[in-house]
Amino acid sequence: MSNWIEACTSDDIDEEDVMRFDHAGRTFAIYRSPDDEYFATDGLCTHEHIHLADGLVMDEIIECPKHNGRFNYKTGEAKGAPVCVNLRTYPVKVEAGKVLIQLG
Amino acid sequence: MAKGMVIIGAGECGARAAFALRENGYEGPVTLIGTEKHLPYERPPLSKESMVSEDHPLPRTIAGEDQFSEKCIDFIGKSTVSAINRSVKSVALEDGRQIDYDRLLLATGAVPRALPLAAGSKHCVTLRSFEDALAIRARFQRDAQIIIVGGGFIGLELAASARKRGAKVTIIEAQPRIMMRGVPEEIAQVIDTRHRNEGVAIRCNTGIVSIADNADNVSITLSNGDVVAADLAVIGIGATPVTALAEAAGLETGNGIVVNDWLQTNDPDIFAAGDCCIFPLAIYGGRRVRLEAWRNAQEQGALAARNMIGSLEPHQAVPWFWSDQYDLGLQVAGLADEGNQTIRRDLGDGAFILFHLADDGRLVAASGIGPGNAVAKDIRLAEMLIARTARPDPIKLAASDVKLKSLLAA
Repeated sequence: MSNWIEACTSDDIDEEDVMRFDHAGRTFAIYRSPDDEYFATDGLCTHEHIHLADGLVMDEIIECPKHNGRFNYKTGEAKGAPVCVNLRTYPVKVEAGKVLIQLG
Repeated sequence: MAKGMVIIGAGECGARAAFALRENGYEGPVTLIGTEKHLPYERPPLSKESMVSEDHPLPRTIAGEDQFSEKCIDFIGKSTVSAINRSVKSVALEDGRQIDYDRLLLATGAVPRALPLAAGSKHCVTLRSFEDALAIRARFQRDAQIIIVGGGFIGLELAASARKRGAKVTIIEAQPRIMMRGVPEEIAQVIDTRHRNEGVAIRCNTGIVSIADNADNVSITLSNGDVVAADLAVIGIGATPVTALAEAAGLETGNGIVVNDWLQTNDPDIFAAGDCCIFPLAIYGGRRVRLEAWRNAQEQGALAARNMIGSLEPHQAVPWFWSDQYDLGLQVAGLADEGNQTIRRDLGDGAFILFHLADDGRLVAASGIGPGNAVAKDIRLAEMLIARTARPDPIKLAASDVKLKSLLAA
């Protein structure tokens, strides 16, 4: 099913940063990488349901603002304690300055 | 054949160490010994979520039974170690068992500091374990009178939780203000105001003269002569490190079990980590500190594990701690008392950060307060700057339109 949702414009996020996007009762995190690509994951840390968009992006890592659990936001991979459950990721495309994410 | 690694203390630090041994490739026996009946669990929720959750709380375990068995970690709960026998490298449990070790980690933690006047009172309690939390939670009833002795993190978090449950709360603090230790006055003031706005009475500069149990409550006589009654008094006046085993084994102790940069005691086969140890902080010229903080317990547990199997890396982390009260989030990186000059950066929504600079311009600490996790990102960046002993331009630190991340590159 190709359910593409507009999350934000490409200028809404600085390079190497993240923003929160809420849609239909769910919350997501949208990332812009240092090499200017866009990514999307579930918005809450798998450890304690903290909004990841308050966390710090360094290269391809998002760090939870509360307990420093780290994920690769491109793959969703949990990078070690205290997080051990991977983060779900979503396909992203940019069209005409709009960042779209595909919700399955 | 390897006798294996033994860890005494199954809190955050000990549990983290056990798993870190495996993550770093150790294949010998790993034994984790704790006094509690639960699998190792996280303590930070005990003063917060566990107090206010609608559902009956459960311990938030660090790892499940299956993870312990998958990693071949032998967890022995409900067990107290009675002695460490260094000459034969084994520990004795109270039930008579002996467990041999190649390397031993003491992660014995800390216990709430006792208030001698409260000894024997059945209405005066402390908070450390999950069972303590359940007992306190049961007394946080609507309109119950709760007295919190001590305006530190635990006391303040419990005060916020008690208010959420509809209890009436008075905080008694001997010092001139709350959070004297480690939190700058400007931030303590924000938290003080918030508690008062939520209906908490805060009495600073106030000591306790006597405590007397009545049938259903307790009467506390204050230093100014006032007598206050409470259904429950929670004593939160700090914690003392658990060092008795180490002392009895002839290890060096002071305000904690004394360790070097590698978290090693004066017996090279025995390490100590977390709340129970006093260690040198490299970023402050080797100043010896003892921290009672979740992240320190975690990081030191992992580091001790690596060093027990021979990597001998020095501890270099920047102290970091947080507190949540109502919707306010406080975070501190570094030790603010290392600084002589303070720079304020406002982040909007009432959130702000204080950067603490030493005389030579080094950033030594940053303290922030704001709604939710509003200060988290910048405190994390500050922590990186502190670790690099950076000397950031104070004008840029104060300018909220200058990204802190840009200072990292400098």
